Amino acid sequence: MQVAFIIDSSYFIAAFLFIYGLKQMSSPRSARAGIVLAGVGMVIAVLASFLYSLDVRPEAKPMLQTNMLLALVALSLGLGWAWWSGKKVAMTAMPQMVALYNGMGGGAAAAIAAIELSGYQTHGSISLLLAVLGGLIGAVSLSGSLIAWAKLDGRINKTLRMTGLQLINGSLLLVLGGVAIYIVWQGGQVSQWLFLAFFAMALLYGVMMTMPIGGADMPVVISLYNAFTGLAVGFEGYVLNNPALMIAGMVVGSAGTMLTLLMAKAMNRSVRNVLFSNFGAAADDGEQNISGSQKPIEASDAAINMRYAGKVIIAPGYGLAVAQAQHKLFEFVELLQAAGVEVKFAIHPVAGRMPGHMNVLLAEAGVPYDLIFDMEEINSEFKEADVAIVIGANDTVNPSARTNKSSPIYGMPVLNVDQARQVYVIKRGQGKGYSGVENELFFADNCQLIYGDAQKVLAAMLQAVKNLESS
Amino acid sequence: MDYQSMLLTGFVALYIFMLAAFAGFEIIGRVPAILHTPLMSGSNFIHGIVVVGALWALLNASNLTQQIIGFIGVLLGAGNAAGGYVVTERMLEMFKPSTNTKSKE
Repeated sequence: MQVAFIIDSSYFIAAFLFIYGLKQMSSPRSARAGIVLAGVGMVIAVLASFLYSLDVRPEAKPMLQTNMLLALVALSLGLGWAWWSGKKVAMTAMPQMVALYNGMGGGAAAAIAAIELSGYQTHGSISLLLAVLGGLIGAVSLSGSLIAWAKLDGRINKTLRMTGLQLINGSLLLVLGGVAIYIVWQGGQVSQWLFLAFFAMALLYGVMMTMPIGGADMPVVISLYNAFTGLAVGFEGYVLNNPALMIAGMVVGSAGTMLTLLMAKAMNRSVRNVLFSNFGAAADDGEQNISGSQKPIEASDAAINMRYAGKVIIAPGYGLAVAQAQHKLFEFVELLQAAGVEVKFAIHPVAGRMPGHMNVLLAEAGVPYDLIFDMEEINSEFKEADVAIVIGANDTVNPSARTNKSSPIYGMPVLNVDQARQVYVIKRGQGKGYSGVENELFFADNCQLIYGDAQKVLAAMLQAVKNLESS
Repeated sequence: MDYQSMLLTGFVALYIFMLAAFAGFEIIGRVPAILHTPLMSGSNFIHGIVVVGALWALLNASNLTQQIIGFIGVLLGAGNAAGGYVVTERMLEMFKPSTNTKSKE
């Protein structure tokens, strides 16, 4: 049997396992099996690729042994580092880690493009065009993802905003497009320096495009770059005549685009808005007249009230995860359940740092996923709840998003916690939310605030209920 | 046996791209929000297949520049694939239904 046949069939199996695995991942029951299947596909494809060594270009023959060694070293280094870093990263830091790995994929696609272009032999202008485009998109995805990672990881705090930035970015993109067309026009026979300049400009564009985007919008951007990398991989797959890359890349390209749109929709922002406008800019206008006052309550009193409630709904936010309080929270929930209280979790689509992030954080603490409800599922139930407790969330429970047209978050769907009989809010201080908007929920008659670190407050609540049971 | 890899150019490539794109849309469109983060990470893992292309490029490198770029490509691609797998698997492993209540779906 010929080598080419073995390689082709391994790619076929890998492509099948990728798509089937991704499909399995779309339900929480089979998701685990899905990623394992896709992983098997990846291992098969990578092993089969070593068969390439039996049939390399004639001019590469003399260097084959060195190249094999280089490949093995690069593979083990990349694998080892990624495995180690992936195992130790905290669940709260997951979004930036995904950004980092995604950037690496974009970089790999750009590297393929660079090699193909540097030793270009005519395969036709479509192939050349896709090589150039894939390289461009891959490089933008690499530098953009790195900026996104640095921002979410708190390594860059500045948000670059200057007038005319759109203009500079626009012209940069035009120049990039022009150079790309020129390269294709010349059949790839241009100076190596032009290629170098091309990739340098693409990297610069990725940086400039990502710098002005604020932290809250970052998940949408990461998802977008994920789609970008997929597209770049698909294009390079065409250049290499490799169906596994073409299929996997294009599936991720479209799935990533869809996911980006879903995320943007959940935040009530269009992708265009995320990329080209500044979130904080409009937050200052719109004077707010909020009547009432913030009423504090002791953690223990709130806990005992919940112990005797019939139904409690919990609305967690990123603050919960930052305080690492999800384990304490679940302990408290189990105590309430033991006392016969019905407890549910209400998850806003953008709770955490990206859609679904809060589910992961709760799952980490052992909260079963059938206690967790999406906003649409649970919003009508707040009316029947005796207590709604908000932990480390702010904008996602702000009722003025429903009513106050001048509010910058107007129109964003929010959790209707204000409709519960009693609302408790655990909060570190009297600060505002991510959007910088005052929350009128905190001033409502049925709302009481528990000040303090979520972890400490929940520990006090646990203690209060335990004392009650033992006395 | 006389087997030759088929050439995926022109319309054949276009059909592959189109069908793959629809498959991607269909798969993600029906996913509950609870799985969005793992799924983004999972699709991130899948484009780690780029390592295979980088491997081909490195094995066919015929000068120092190509070897350096190829090395970087394989390194980055391997990181993408391995990292994507580990974090996705870690997240999905944690999703468990409760044992006492009847689970939905």
